[in-house]
Amino acid sequence: MITLTHAYIVAGLFFAAMSLLSALDASNRRRIANFLFWGMLAASFLAGGYLGDLGNGLLALGLVAVATFGLGEGKPQTTTPEQRRESAMRRGDALFLPALIIPAVALGGTLIAKETSWGPLLIDPAQATLVSLILGALIAVAVAMLWLRPPLIAPFQEARRLIDAVGWAAILPQMLASLGAVFLVAGVGEQVGRVFGEFMPLDNITIAVIAYCVGMALFTIIMGNAFAAFPVMTAAVGLPIVVMRFGGDPAIVCAIGMLAGFCGTLMTPMAANFNVVPANLLELPDRKSPLNGVIRAQIPTALPLLLANILLMRILAFPQ
Amino acid sequence: MLVLLGIGVVVLGFVLRANPLLVVMAAALTTGLTAAWTPDADVQTMYAAALATLAAFGKAFNDNRYVSLVWCVLLAIGLLERAGLQERARTLIGKVRGATVGRVLWVYLLVRQIAAALGLTSLGGHPQMVRPLVAPMAEGAAETHYGELPDRERFLIRSHAAAADNIGLFFGEDIFIAIASILLIKGFLEQNGIIVEPLQLSVWAIPTAIAALAIHSVRLWMLDAGLKRALRAPRPAAAGAEAAQ
Repeated sequence: MITLTHAYIVAGLFFAAMSLLSALDASNRRRIANFLFWGMLAASFLAGGYLGDLGNGLLALGLVAVATFGLGEGKPQTTTPEQRRESAMRRGDALFLPALIIPAVALGGTLIAKETSWGPLLIDPAQATLVSLILGALIAVAVAMLWLRPPLIAPFQEARRLIDAVGWAAILPQMLASLGAVFLVAGVGEQVGRVFGEFMPLDNITIAVIAYCVGMALFTIIMGNAFAAFPVMTAAVGLPIVVMRFGGDPAIVCAIGMLAGFCGTLMTPMAANFNVVPANLLELPDRKSPLNGVIRAQIPTALPLLLANILLMRILAFPQ
Repeated sequence: MLVLLGIGVVVLGFVLRANPLLVVMAAALTTGLTAAWTPDADVQTMYAAALATLAAFGKAFNDNRYVSLVWCVLLAIGLLERAGLQERARTLIGKVRGATVGRVLWVYLLVRQIAAALGLTSLGGHPQMVRPLVAPMAEGAAETHYGELPDRERFLIRSHAAAADNIGLFFGEDIFIAIASILLIKGFLEQNGIIVEPLQLSVWAIPTAIAALAIHSVRLWMLDAGLKRALRAPRPAAAGAEAAQ
């Protein structure tokens, strides 16, 4: 059975290759920084289970130190725009097929692992999507290598071109998830909920609904994750006031409250994997700004949608 | 109350545009230290608290490694880009009559939202779909009408490609009963003595899903109108297509 452990080994080897190729890239003046950064990440994937909690903490601290010093951007050899246009013309729409292998295997693998009796023998059903995603990527690479016949080092060099464009932002989502865990241990959520509950005059239904929905969005903006905001805001405002005091339907209040939080996710750089990572991947010039292009494109949808959620909760959860 | 300083560090860090990784680590240490602080805490206690926080952070960092797994797909995406995948995506969309930036992104939004509602959240994503396919297709649609794009519009279109992926995912996935957020709500309510079925929750995600689709459809229509205003003077080939509509 293929499990997450195997996927971690693949990722560890992947980042180790990024690290070594970075060290050899004389065009990158900060190649030592890139070597250290991807190397430490490789160590985390390959040996994280053996390092102990403090060891992993020191590893994270090391990654932060190198990222603060600054990574360079490698310039691996690749094809020219002319060569690409020529290749695109010659190979036609078949070029899409290997790209579609990744989602197809991710999907197929997940379904096989969860829905068939023999699937769990191949893929760990608990982590089916992640394992299948890695499998899909490897199959796509194999197909592309056999068909396109590039130099053997090409997939690694091309991947390094892309991962260097993303830079340290590649681990920001993982770091933010870890910050969330520290917040949880320290009880930050309860404190925010208490402050919110104390200072809001929640004496009619509409104001309580607005406070809950806007609170979900705001707290999500701070935490970067509606899942972190939901238990806090619902325990502080949603359940005791909107549901218990005013008699809102709990299923409707919670379902729409969560979606009000998602409106916050659209507006915050703290939701790094949705808002910061694509800005880096798409090489937006303002990718380092807290309000990058992706977030600015989303705010005018997020605000009216937050209003829509408030109206929907007010109308649907209180049927009189 | 003191533990809220950690949130203050996050906000301050973003305002000062410090490196976000540094901000996250500083916020974690601040939170851990303020949680342990009492008026008579000595240096040794605080040192122990710092180590404990670092260990808690390290444990979470290790447990969350799966978040960074997705980068392995760059092996395949980079290889295909090398062979002209983005260029092909542009050509393909250039051949579709009547394709505009807004329409291309609208179709992707709709497909992403419906797929997510069926639980197929892995059928999209920024490294797998947006960078190699969706963004080049949207740019290609604009180039067919307006020729070479100025940087401002090019990056605006790319930003909207990423936005379509996020909005389709967020406001589709909650309709599927076995998604993490629905299970989180169910678990939370259960702890508070309220039993709900996942289906009861997921049907109430449908009104918001429709609202999201409606609002973002209008946004994409406005994006097309805005691009038309900014990039007027269509080329002769595109003028024919405009007249045919």
